[in-house]
Amino acid sequence: MRRIISVLVENAPGALSRVVGLFSQRGYNIESLTVAPTEDQTLSRLTLTTLGDDHKIEQITKHLNKLIDVVKLVDLTEGAHIERELMLIKVKASGAQRAEVKRCVDIFRGQIVDVTSTLYTIQITGASDKLDAFLEAVGDASIIEVVRTGVCGISRGEKVLSL
Amino acid sequence: MLIRALKDEGVEYVFGYPGGAALHIYDAIFRQKDVKHILVRHEQAATHAADGYARATGKVGTVLVTSGPGATNAITGIATAYMDSIPMVVISGQVMSHLIGEDAFQETDMIGISRPVVKHSFLIKHPSEIPEVVKKAYYIAATGRPGPVVIDVPKDMTHPANLFAYEYPEKVKLRSYTPATRGHAGQIKKAVQLLLAAKRPVIYAGGGVVQGNASGLLRDLVNMLNLPCTNTLMGLGAYPGTDQRFIGMLGMHGTYEANMAMHHSDVILAVGARCDDRVTNAISKFCPNAKIIHIDIDPASISKTVVADVPIVGSVESVLTDMIALIKESTEKPDAEANATWWKQINEWRERHGIYHQTRYDTTSNLIKPQDVIKAVWEVTKGDAYVTSDVGQHQMFAAQYYLFDKPRRWINSGGLGTMGFGLPAAMGVQFADRNATVVCVTGEGSIQMCIQELSCCTQYHLPVKIICLNNQALGMVRQWQDMQYAGRYAESLYEDSLPDFVKLAEAYGHVGMRVTKKEDLKAKLAECFALKDRLVFMDIMVDQSEHVYPMQIAQQSMRDMFVSKTERV
Repeated sequence: MRRIISVLVENAPGALSRVVGLFSQRGYNIESLTVAPTEDQTLSRLTLTTLGDDHKIEQITKHLNKLIDVVKLVDLTEGAHIERELMLIKVKASGAQRAEVKRCVDIFRGQIVDVTSTLYTIQITGASDKLDAFLEAVGDASIIEVVRTGVCGISRGEKVLSL
Repeated sequence: MLIRALKDEGVEYVFGYPGGAALHIYDAIFRQKDVKHILVRHEQAATHAADGYARATGKVGTVLVTSGPGATNAITGIATAYMDSIPMVVISGQVMSHLIGEDAFQETDMIGISRPVVKHSFLIKHPSEIPEVVKKAYYIAATGRPGPVVIDVPKDMTHPANLFAYEYPEKVKLRSYTPATRGHAGQIKKAVQLLLAAKRPVIYAGGGVVQGNASGLLRDLVNMLNLPCTNTLMGLGAYPGTDQRFIGMLGMHGTYEANMAMHHSDVILAVGARCDDRVTNAISKFCPNAKIIHIDIDPASISKTVVADVPIVGSVESVLTDMIALIKESTEKPDAEANATWWKQINEWRERHGIYHQTRYDTTSNLIKPQDVIKAVWEVTKGDAYVTSDVGQHQMFAAQYYLFDKPRRWINSGGLGTMGFGLPAAMGVQFADRNATVVCVTGEGSIQMCIQELSCCTQYHLPVKIICLNNQALGMVRQWQDMQYAGRYAESLYEDSLPDFVKLAEAYGHVGMRVTKKEDLKAKLAECFALKDRLVFMDIMVDQSEHVYPMQIAQQSMRDMFVSKTERV
């Protein structure tokens, strides 16, 4: 099962490599990873998605917690949560295709952020499966370049991940 | 500043080897007397010696090496300590901070290269941080589940021109590190109920009991409920080896009775053990009828391999104290009849194939049997020596036949299985207790992996007794080749290239002795141990074809074993 784990780590050199190293060392898989400092400059927040059954995820969270640089973590998929990913995509857009792509972007509530005579650069945000659906709708043949940020997430309601 | 911090931390010995990037530190060592430096002959030995010192005393071992090759040579020893949860601080020199990343002379990314085998690591960014980092390093190494911590020190950080107000912190607090102490009261209650209701309980105790200084409590608990107790390779000595309630080591080369008892039990109390693959055999077939209570200070060790029915995270000492108190209060009493039946069964197993009561090897042979050597060493040392070992058949024979009555006496590389560990570890133990009898049980293969330390033993007058079970082959490798590769001895034989160990020992200024006849064994050993102030290298020519039994059959349950070359149960 796909899980989203949010981790507060010390904003210190080497902290990220410890987290990433743990995954490769123990044979766990990282599907996506995002990281940036938080409003508290001493902390970074890292969101990673991984695949695994309950047993594996339990081990992952236990081992993450053992890292001295990890301050706190939460498995967002355990409760209601919001997940978002941002994608920038360049697609062919010429002739009749141009209008078709534009319609598709509107349907997915994306934005065209750059234009040339032959292509559009589109920005689109949403859960990962929405981005996947957009890619499918546009079709492989039209896609020139894709970049995705990886998932970031936050829990719904009163629940917070902070010190 | 660094050495002053070590002194304030109470460090007595530093095991190390100098080099360019560490020279400011070495100069500081030269100019003081409180922290004693021990010069080894290879950095791997420095880590093993610090490791042996830590295992024997329970204190943190300290290592000092230079950058580059000094640091990489230390890695094997750091990994060894990591696998066995040994508290250790390794200070490595580093090239000057402005040169880091430029492939400078003797530069290596020590933080990166050691990352998977340390509990934590620090890179000194400013000289003023040194005291606090040292304090943190020792705190992290010693608390919770202990482990090695690396401090990487760029050369400019220790330049004597860097003068700062020095203050050694009394305490450190890390917001992200709060090791568990007390176990969950509800879980402990559940565990006690389960244990009291058990008909066929077994206590399975590991290195955590030794590390957590909880041997006395374990003994109390076992005696209170008259439970059979088995120890892991790392746990030997946690429960007295000569006691009737001790059923031997368990696992791949565990006793028949221990493995049978585990397999047939209904409640297993795992204490400070991690259900490692050399213990459990196939997880899917592991102890099918047992409920598992698992006490460990490291939550990640619980339900990692074997899923625990009652997990308890906490220090072994505090959890066992709570359990004993609850049992004393409890109105429920264990079923005495079931207990008697269970012991009757265990004693039957003991009679049938028990390692200490029935002969499982040919005692009529004219050749020296390695098992007999260990038994004789046990007799001559009155079972009270510190025994370090290397890795292989001799290690298993020592584990099986030297009955340890006290914790911290059996010192071996259990998790990583590091050949070359024995001699340097014995040096560390000898420094910890200069008057103790320290025995290094080794083989002609392992001893050659750190044999250069015979020179270190000369320098510091370390009267270690080296018992080399010389079977002229990599015995354990050959045993597997016998059992699984139809006797094709791929690279496990030396083809007459072994050195004359007696002459070699003499070349280093020690005493060498060779035993080739069975009838000489006891007298020679007596002679060896009578030389209290000399290192003696005993080269004992043992039966080359001997195997270690019992041996569990791979991918089967705990009870599936070969008990001899011909008998499978």
